[in-house]
Amino acid sequence: MKDPTLVRLVGGILALLVVASALGAVLASRARSDAARATAANLNARIRAWWLMVAVFTIAVWTGGIGSIALFALMSLLALREFVTLAPTRREDHRTLLWSFFAVTPLQYLLIAIRWYGLFAIMIPVYAFVLVAVSNVIAGRTDRFLERTATIHWGLMVCVYCVSHAPALLMLQIPGYRANAKLLVFLVLVVQLSDVLQYVFGKLFGRHRIAPAISPNKTWEGFLGGVLAASAVGTALWWATPFSPGEAAAMSLAITLAGFAGGLVMSAIKRDRGVKDYGNLIEGHGGMLDRIDSLCFAAPVFFHLTRYFFTP
Amino acid sequence: MIAGLIASLARLVSGVSIFFLSGPPDERQRVYFANHTSHLDFVVLWSALPARARDRTRPVAARDYWGRGALRRYFSEKVFRAVLIERGRGSITAARTTIEQLVAEMGDRSSLIVFPEGTRGSGEEVAPFKSGLYHLCRQKSEVELLPVYLDNLNRILPKGEMLPVPMLSRVVFGRPMYLESDETKPRFLERARDAVRALQDL
Repeated sequence: MKDPTLVRLVGGILALLVVASALGAVLASRARSDAARATAANLNARIRAWWLMVAVFTIAVWTGGIGSIALFALMSLLALREFVTLAPTRREDHRTLLWSFFAVTPLQYLLIAIRWYGLFAIMIPVYAFVLVAVSNVIAGRTDRFLERTATIHWGLMVCVYCVSHAPALLMLQIPGYRANAKLLVFLVLVVQLSDVLQYVFGKLFGRHRIAPAISPNKTWEGFLGGVLAASAVGTALWWATPFSPGEAAAMSLAITLAGFAGGLVMSAIKRDRGVKDYGNLIEGHGGMLDRIDSLCFAAPVFFHLTRYFFTP
Repeated sequence: MIAGLIASLARLVSGVSIFFLSGPPDERQRVYFANHTSHLDFVVLWSALPARARDRTRPVAARDYWGRGALRRYFSEKVFRAVLIERGRGSITAARTTIEQLVAEMGDRSSLIVFPEGTRGSGEEVAPFKSGLYHLCRQKSEVELLPVYLDNLNRILPKGEMLPVPMLSRVVFGRPMYLESDETKPRFLERARDAVRALQDL
């Protein structure tokens, strides 16, 4: 955390949280009806959880690369456990799951730590893909084989491969740009702010549902308001990135749109399995996967856009 | 101290959500009975209890598994203070000795965790209960019975596997029940099994 720009970014986030907590307190004191009180209580639980999440994230970024990589590895494991809990896996898949948790996931993050981009990019789509299928074949049970195997593939892709692209930003060599941790903060900030602002705009102005069958709380008003506002914030943060203001706007828009898609897809999986949340790890937010569903899709898209356009 | 750490570790590995349908158990003496699908069962049930109830609760476990090997014996004796029983000897006198042993180990203070199915099932169905639970309750009819449903532990550590896959699990503590004075053995065992099964879909 020697980089003064990074200090300013984190300071800005903390200021934002102070404002949010103050607003939450005002809303709670003004709530008259039971419904309003419940909404305010849920909002304040979410804000308290945000303090904790920001604290953990800041400490991780503060410690440099290893801290961030370890934090995202842990997030992947927590997300994967929530994902697999809902999967129709059986006893015969036990060994495959052990491999996924204790070999594939740590290895993916180890590859980031040692900056081996080539293997990082293909380890899960090629080697884990084959390993999972073969391991399930060796276990010898064929009923719902494709469903069971594909679910583990999906769990590894979404919870490990996709999420790992966030800390992988640290290994990009961008000419004239240092301390890539700022890029990681930029991604996470824009993605999560987009989520929060979609929620806020949806609560304030939401009228027209965008996908009632998948996520009843998502509205066009929330989507447009959240995406545009978060992109505006991302654009305003161009000084912390290697991008020009225009490029920062385009990147922010890509992040928020991919994030929105991720949220919808992960919701569809929840509806299919008949649950509201993936877990109850984070008070007011649900499970780890409920919190990072947007990041799952935004991280690899942002990583590769940055890598393609901004590295030699 | 060690027990508290082990309980935290067990809750972490099993990612357990805990539900109490009639409030967290106090220190009163009772018999917890649950479905059985994994070696983790009693560890997770025990770790889900509030610390003060946990201190007084002893799992009933098979000597042929938990009494074998130094590490397992250390845990079963020192940490869980398990009541180790002989399994599958089949004779009526042996069964009677086991019940007497359980009653003696309970004293007027300890609670027990028992798995009346007798052996680990596949996790899909709760098997019919063995009669031990009935005979124990005949001896200790004043003691509260608490049905417990353990969900997903069979997938975390299935039969025959050494290492757990850290998925999420659920422990549901039901409402207390007692053995009625005029209740026949089959009716009681079926009622107890239904009480566990009723927690399955909550």
